Amino acid sequence: MQGRTRTRGAARGMSYGVTRVVARGTPRGAVRGTAVRGTAMAAVLALTLPLGGCRLTGGPEVLAAGACRGQHVTGITEDAVRVGGIYPLSGPASAYGLIASGVRAYFGHVNDGGGVDGRKIEFLVRDDGYQPARAVEEARRLVELEKVFTIFQTVGTPSTAAVRDYADRRRVPQVFVATGASRWGTDRGRPWTIGYQPSYVAEARVYAQHLKETMPRATVAVLYQNDDFGRDLLDGFADAVRDSGVRIVAEQSYEVTDPGVQGQLANLASSGADVLLSVTTPKFGAQALAVDAAITSWNPLHILNSVAVSPAVMKTVDTGKVREIVSAVYQKDPADPQWADDPAVEVYRRSLLRYAPEADPAAPQTVFGWTAAQAFVKALQQMECPTREGLRDAVRSLDDVPVDTLLPGITLSTGPGDGFPIESMMLARFEEGLWSPFGKVVDTRAVFGPVRTASAG
Amino acid sequence: MRHGNDGREGTGVNAVAQTGHRRLAVGRMAGDRRRVWPWRRTTLAALAVAACAAPFVLEPYRVFQLTMVLVYGIALLGLNLVVGHGGRVSLGHGAFLAIGAYIAAVMTGRLGVPYPLALPVAALVTFGLGLALGRPALRLSGPYLAVVTFVIAAVVPPVIKRFGTVTGGSMGLPVPVPSAPSWTGLAEDQWLYLLVLAVAAAAFAAARNLLESRAGRALTAVRENPHAAEILGVRPGSHRALAFGWSAMYAGVAGTLYAWVVGFVSPDSFTVTLSIVLLAAVVIGGPGSLAGPLLGAVFVTFVPAAAQRAGDALPGIVSGLLIIVVVCFAPTGLAGLLRMAAGGVARRLGRG
Repeated sequence: MQGRTRTRGAARGMSYGVTRVVARGTPRGAVRGTAVRGTAMAAVLALTLPLGGCRLTGGPEVLAAGACRGQHVTGITEDAVRVGGIYPLSGPASAYGLIASGVRAYFGHVNDGGGVDGRKIEFLVRDDGYQPARAVEEARRLVELEKVFTIFQTVGTPSTAAVRDYADRRRVPQVFVATGASRWGTDRGRPWTIGYQPSYVAEARVYAQHLKETMPRATVAVLYQNDDFGRDLLDGFADAVRDSGVRIVAEQSYEVTDPGVQGQLANLASSGADVLLSVTTPKFGAQALAVDAAITSWNPLHILNSVAVSPAVMKTVDTGKVREIVSAVYQKDPADPQWADDPAVEVYRRSLLRYAPEADPAAPQTVFGWTAAQAFVKALQQMECPTREGLRDAVRSLDDVPVDTLLPGITLSTGPGDGFPIESMMLARFEEGLWSPFGKVVDTRAVFGPVRTASAG
Repeated sequence: MRHGNDGREGTGVNAVAQTGHRRLAVGRMAGDRRRVWPWRRTTLAALAVAACAAPFVLEPYRVFQLTMVLVYGIALLGLNLVVGHGGRVSLGHGAFLAIGAYIAAVMTGRLGVPYPLALPVAALVTFGLGLALGRPALRLSGPYLAVVTFVIAAVVPPVIKRFGTVTGGSMGLPVPVPSAPSWTGLAEDQWLYLLVLAVAAAAFAAARNLLESRAGRALTAVRENPHAAEILGVRPGSHRALAFGWSAMYAGVAGTLYAWVVGFVSPDSFTVTLSIVLLAAVVIGGPGSLAGPLLGAVFVTFVPAAAQRAGDALPGIVSGLLIIVVVCFAPTGLAGLLRMAAGGVARRLGRG
């Protein structure tokens, strides 16, 4: 009761600070209670602290003997290997969730044939909703609770960057991440993370090479997304056309949160450039195509970066009104009649129907997942030690490894100074609702040399 | 106020006789005769022991999950001040979480300041911001307030992206994870857990004292009947604004802890969706109770993760359905259910 009397005694006006009220209004009993509880807690803490070193659950699993002594074998046994993937199954980028279906289908296919060197692949998929912090949480779940051997794929540059530090700290391989940022390949300090698809810089180089060969005096207008992806590609392009007749005459950026890019396109049109390089994600790529078709006074060659290419985007294109749409490709397109009888595509279709019937076989993301999973299995086969360290080294010493759903002439190669598995691409033209590759495979490594610095981070 | 209290004196004494406790909750002074759990202290002590022992018994990932429960618990505790005790809706608390997290990330990551300093700075900044925003915003009510707070939540992520040189833009910032002092011999996750536990204990104690103080009663009075409260001399505006400031501070502190625990911040982690999830968690946990925020945090941490086991797209559906079920069948939330269950047990045992 005393506490309440005191509170009331303090009642003069209502405008005083709450802090004071708390201090004065706290009944004595509560203070004592809190103090007692605090002491009890401190005592418990003091008793338990010495236990700190010895947690009741197990520690890391390490090989005790042999050539691979001291290396980590968590998640891998004689007959199974646990693999965890983090994909945006929900949220704004859920279209990339299809990658997981492609991967699952390939692993199903491999397990059906007896697994990798007798090991069945157990594939655990977690959803990060394209939020980097959630990706870290899911990575912890996979590594610490599910005890996976490796994180095979995180999607998107932000999520991958977020998980990368954790993977590095825990020494867990994070292999073949689904993002084209060049930093995965250039960062020597974090050997546990490696990319897979051609980097944005490599893609920019393919476009630059094409322009240098076919339109040596071209003027280029660039529309780009104002983030790491956009700048990575734009910088790569600017770098690749330096000292040539190809010039960038106009640049316009947009934010992912912008409603549209009409204004930017109108500004670019006023430059009258010969080429429009559209460094966009699907929604904005589609808008840029629509606006390009609508502007009759300006008719540039429309280069659409591969990130923006999806069946939904291309369905909306009025090809009669856009001069020519060109993009870069590196994997087989199941919708292309050219590959109708291809055995690799045939197996792909069959397995997809069996293990991931919900996925669209024509979607590039599904093929991407299938192809990346194939590359992953090849890396597993090449491990000298069946350990995490073994996988880390294997993915960094790939030597012209063929994957049958990549375009002929494109293989996986990495080395001590080269963290980019795929660096060759081919150009494709959009004609009659289909992408038809033309020209020959451009090996950007051979033409331009290795990518040296990441444009960011 | 004075008259109100005098009028309730009788029930207050009654309740003292019933429960044997000298201190009474606001509700009991107001004549709340629902049965209460008679072994509060024993239960609390048992919980405290369990909470302290948990990091030494559980696997690292479970410890991490518990840490996240505490972090969300602190944020929800703050939001509960506005929603449960103030009777106002805020859709903007994700923004304060973001500000707290970014203060920690920039201070420890970019400027190299020792990590404990980030906590008071984050608390002060978010308290100030909450107070400054709360004053004008809380003059509005209902949908208008919801829209204004919604705008706060919507604006912060793009602003963070805009100042990319400081905040890392849309790519986010890694945060150095606080490591345990070597004399403790603790693993990283255990240290973090104990750190967060200490902050959470302090936060809950402060919230309890706040709510049982005059300011807390004034806040309840304003929620129940602003006109009557004003006539009795309570200034609704300043009490609501202060509550909003406190609540923002809790969110900011939770944000800092979140940054430490997760080790990475990015604008996409603090979208409007987060604010909505927080609000939903308050409702599910039980608005206006102290246990509610913790129960809500348990819900946020475990239910989506568990639902994902059953199917890829299920978490959203399961959460949505559970919200509807709770709102329809247990309007006082999980805390209300727990209280009913506890009351039932107490009655059966002939106590309370």
